[in-house]
Amino acid sequence: MTYPASEVVEEPALFAPAPEVAPELREFWDATSEGRLLLRRCTVCDEAIWYPRPVCPFCHSTRTVWEQASGRGHIYTYSVVRRGTGGYADAPYVLAYVELAEGPRVMTNIVDCDTDAVEIGQAVELVFHRTAEGTALPRFRPAR
Amino acid sequence: MSIKRKAFIVGAYEHPGRRLPDTSVPQIHAEVALGAVADAGLTLDDVDGLFTGRDTPGAGGLSLADYLGLRNLTYLDSTESGGASPLYHVGHAAAAIAMGKCSVALVTLAGKARSGAGGGAAPPEDPFELIFGARPPLASYALAARRHMYEFGTTSAQLAEVKVAASLHAQHNPNAFLRKRLTVDDVLNSPLVSDPLHRGDCCVVTDGGGAIVLVSPEIARDLPRRSVAVLGHGEAAKHSDGGKVDVTYTGAASAGPRAFAEAGVTPADIDYASLYDSFTIAVVEQLEDLGFCAKGEGGAFVQDGGLVAPFGKLPFNTDGGGLANNHPTNRGGITKIIEAVRQLREEANAPVQVPDCALALVSGIGGDLAARMRSAVLVLGRQDA
Ligand SMILES: [Zn+2]
Repeated sequence: MTYPASEVVEEPALFAPAPEVAPELREFWDATSEGRLLLRRCTVCDEAIWYPRPVCPFCHSTRTVWEQASGRGHIYTYSVVRRGTGGYADAPYVLAYVELAEGPRVMTNIVDCDTDAVEIGQAVELVFHRTAEGTALPRFRPAR
Repeated sequence: MSIKRKAFIVGAYEHPGRRLPDTSVPQIHAEVALGAVADAGLTLDDVDGLFTGRDTPGAGGLSLADYLGLRNLTYLDSTESGGASPLYHVGHAAAAIAMGKCSVALVTLAGKARSGAGGGAAPPEDPFELIFGARPPLASYALAARRHMYEFGTTSAQLAEVKVAASLHAQHNPNAFLRKRLTVDDVLNSPLVSDPLHRGDCCVVTDGGGAIVLVSPEIARDLPRRSVAVLGHGEAAKHSDGGKVDVTYTGAASAGPRAFAEAGVTPADIDYASLYDSFTIAVVEQLEDLGFCAKGEGGAFVQDGGLVAPFGKLPFNTDGGGLANNHPTNRGGITKIIEAVRQLREEANAPVQVPDCALALVSGIGGDLAARMRSAVLVLGRQDA
């Protein structure tokens, strides 16, 4: 399944630090720079794996492949962080686990929202925030 | 008792690589782990003991357990002793196997001294968690609290009751960092730090420390002080489970039953509990996970003085705990054990001494409640227990 690329915000309002890219995840981070979120899928047990890695944490097979995520999901839980640290000192911001349509619960931020109106169960969609090194962080905003 | 012929090495694997610029350190650990269990004719699902040193990125063996998806761990050891670490691990693993703490122990070592630390020596989870401002450990407890409220109707006022009980105890402790009696409103009116947790839901930040001495029964007999018996121990690792993370329970759900089974007691037998209280929600979830109440009923359990010594349903943290007394260098485990020892020696502060205290439970959780935690539970008994 191929989905259209999501928006990549070039100068995000929220701090967007660059990740250290593990060699096995070069393809994942290259995809983020183009607005696509990849999931690692096990071809033996068929589970979607998060965070991505070559070995399946469910059946321990190494037969895993990339696939594009739909970018849709809903909020599993969240917190409005009022006291941030480091680059996140300009709190508040919303930290959340989003449950992707494909199943995995991924840690992320909810952006472009009224922080006081965020709710568990709320439908969200993917948006990328560009980092200084060209990669982009997968974040989510209320579904439009 | 010795380890002699109690444990056997059945698998061994040396990575063929000598330059691995395209492989991260966690992945090298994964490859040698897979190689060794395959050599043994086993799978990673058989592994119930994990032994790692400082060369494992992240939270010791816990990040590796998460990376590999180890779900059956009953024993973790991250003793760090430089290049000799694996020898320590084999000795410790043999002792653990001899004692029945685990039956299939995995020892790994990996690194990239030639290719350099950059590009894959970081904790593998960091680009997917910490990078989003998951301020450790506060944020993960807040995520857990929010979900617990959503699923079970737990309220901020109920969480506050945990702090109130701790403060009632701390007023009798002359060394407590916070000695002021707090009310539920005091907690609810304190600033939100990470919704739904208030500052009052958090432990104190203190300097300090503590220590414990254990000896054999023969030596204990000849010493002047009342001793405390270690009756049971259980541990567990909980991690993000490949994306199926569930923040409504702690590792105590697995560690607790192991400790109770070894001690041969049940939650109903426990007279006093030291529960890890970095945040109020941690106490509520541990109460449920340890079987002091059903899942989801922790909020109701702590109401109406459920945790208040000496006569609450389950007197807890009678020194004031990490929430009010002491959380030395952000590691609360030692003070939890110490207060349980005081209770069992009948040396707690008089107003909070539990009468006829014969059995105590100590529950510790390390790491963060949402993504990755280690959990250990001890059952301790009075000298004559
Ligand atoms: Zn699989």
